Amino acid sequence: MTIPAAMHIDIGHVLRGTVCDLYSNLVTRPTGVAVRTAIERQVREADGPVVTTIDFSQVQLLDFSCADEIVAKLLLLVQREDTPVGYLTFRGLQDGHLDPIETVLERHALALVSWHEGEAELFGAVTDNERRCWEAVRLHGPATASQLARHLERSVATLEEELAHLVQRRLVMEREARFSVPGAVGESGPRPTPLA
Amino acid sequence: MTTVISVPPSLDEHSMEQLFDQLAPVPEGTKLLLDARHVRWASPYGLTALLCVAQSRPDRLGFAVPEAAETVSYWARTGFFRHAADWFELHGQVPRTRDAHESDVLLEITPITKSDDVHAVVGRIQQKAADILHGQLNLDTAVTGAFGMTLSEACQNIVEHAGLGGWVGVQTYNYARRLGRRVVVIAVCDAGVGFRRSLESAPGHRRSDRWDDAMALEDAVLRAVSRFRHGDAGRGQGLAGIRRFVGRWSGKLSVRSGTARLAITPPWDEDVPMTEGLAAFPGAQMQIVIPERLEGEAPVRQRGASAGASRGRAPR
Repeated sequence: MTIPAAMHIDIGHVLRGTVCDLYSNLVTRPTGVAVRTAIERQVREADGPVVTTIDFSQVQLLDFSCADEIVAKLLLLVQREDTPVGYLTFRGLQDGHLDPIETVLERHALALVSWHEGEAELFGAVTDNERRCWEAVRLHGPATASQLARHLERSVATLEEELAHLVQRRLVMEREARFSVPGAVGESGPRPTPLA
Repeated sequence: MTTVISVPPSLDEHSMEQLFDQLAPVPEGTKLLLDARHVRWASPYGLTALLCVAQSRPDRLGFAVPEAAETVSYWARTGFFRHAADWFELHGQVPRTRDAHESDVLLEITPITKSDDVHAVVGRIQQKAADILHGQLNLDTAVTGAFGMTLSEACQNIVEHAGLGGWVGVQTYNYARRLGRRVVVIAVCDAGVGFRRSLESAPGHRRSDRWDDAMALEDAVLRAVSRFRHGDAGRGQGLAGIRRFVGRWSGKLSVRSGTARLAITPPWDEDVPMTEGLAAFPGAQMQIVIPERLEGEAPVRQRGASAGASRGRAPR
């Protein structure tokens, strides 16, 4: 797998550029549709796999309609098999954003990776085993399945299965048989080359 | 001949039913006068619902304004007369419209017809909401965002489902009789298609034997059913979110539509969960009441609000 490039999208900037330059709240469904469409265009135009970070730092208020139209539908898009393999991470999520986001994630059985003060977080619908596995990747990645199995004291076969599932859900990246959290910058991790 | 409808002296979500009862049997085309001369007090629900009464009739109604100077002055501050003048033929002395500088009017009565109106309302209320909810009602700072979100979703119901515009009003007042505390109240009312007809328009909708306004309310408010759910699993979360917000802050949610009224009731209120067989009135009328928090009281935590199984952010 090639090293995914990194793309940073300031959603407040997209909101002002596509809907109204006076708005700082992500509310109403038409607004959500307009913002998501603009982001989808950027993601689709990217050449090859990309770790796209959606930055909510400039967003004051997010309602359920926008959480559904933007967060849930973008996650559904990157998980589709006909979409070039890409990863979506989030940053700048404030406590007020989490309630609508977690609600829509549960509704669609989705999960996301968010970065907060340099640390990755996992939100949404995940099983306890998926969370333990993901946390091990966050702590020890980039790491092989055997290394992670040792840390978790589990069989390699079981862990490989769980890792494959997390990769399929785009919650973990695999490169050269080593697993890491999307957006993590390490020796073997993706090199960020901002595109936007 | 003019039929006179008496407006109850104290106009809230319960006493408004007296007005609906008088209104329902009056055939369209009858000359109507709403007599509010003896009204002393009205909640935001009462004021926005009054505007919906005018919206619900094809003919222009007469409206006799309250005689009490204090009442009429307060109604003017809420912006009521500015909109009433467009819908009613007003009788009596109406003070010149002033801006609402008073802190108890958190949001003047505002018409909602399109998505931009929702942006405007949410944007306008944010700073004042923070000051009042946190500063005066002693609520956690987290309430401000959730309050804006609730307001947004409640107003979007008009844009997406009513089929014509409605009104929103927000104010704080001392809810002495029932609670002995200050409360903030959101009222969002329209005289549009209502929940039952909205859900009936969904593709593949099947009416059961007991399909009526009460069941439509239960579907929409309690089961998050939306007419847009067909092909879009993400729809219908707005009312569920409002319900959760109300539960978390020990508030009350009531929604009236058609001939039924559903209430999500906290321990401090004795309202019944479902009232059926009310006088028919079009559209949907919603009220959300959030009480002041007393020292030492914690918000009711629900679902993943604390570090539950799905929450990744650890306490720092």
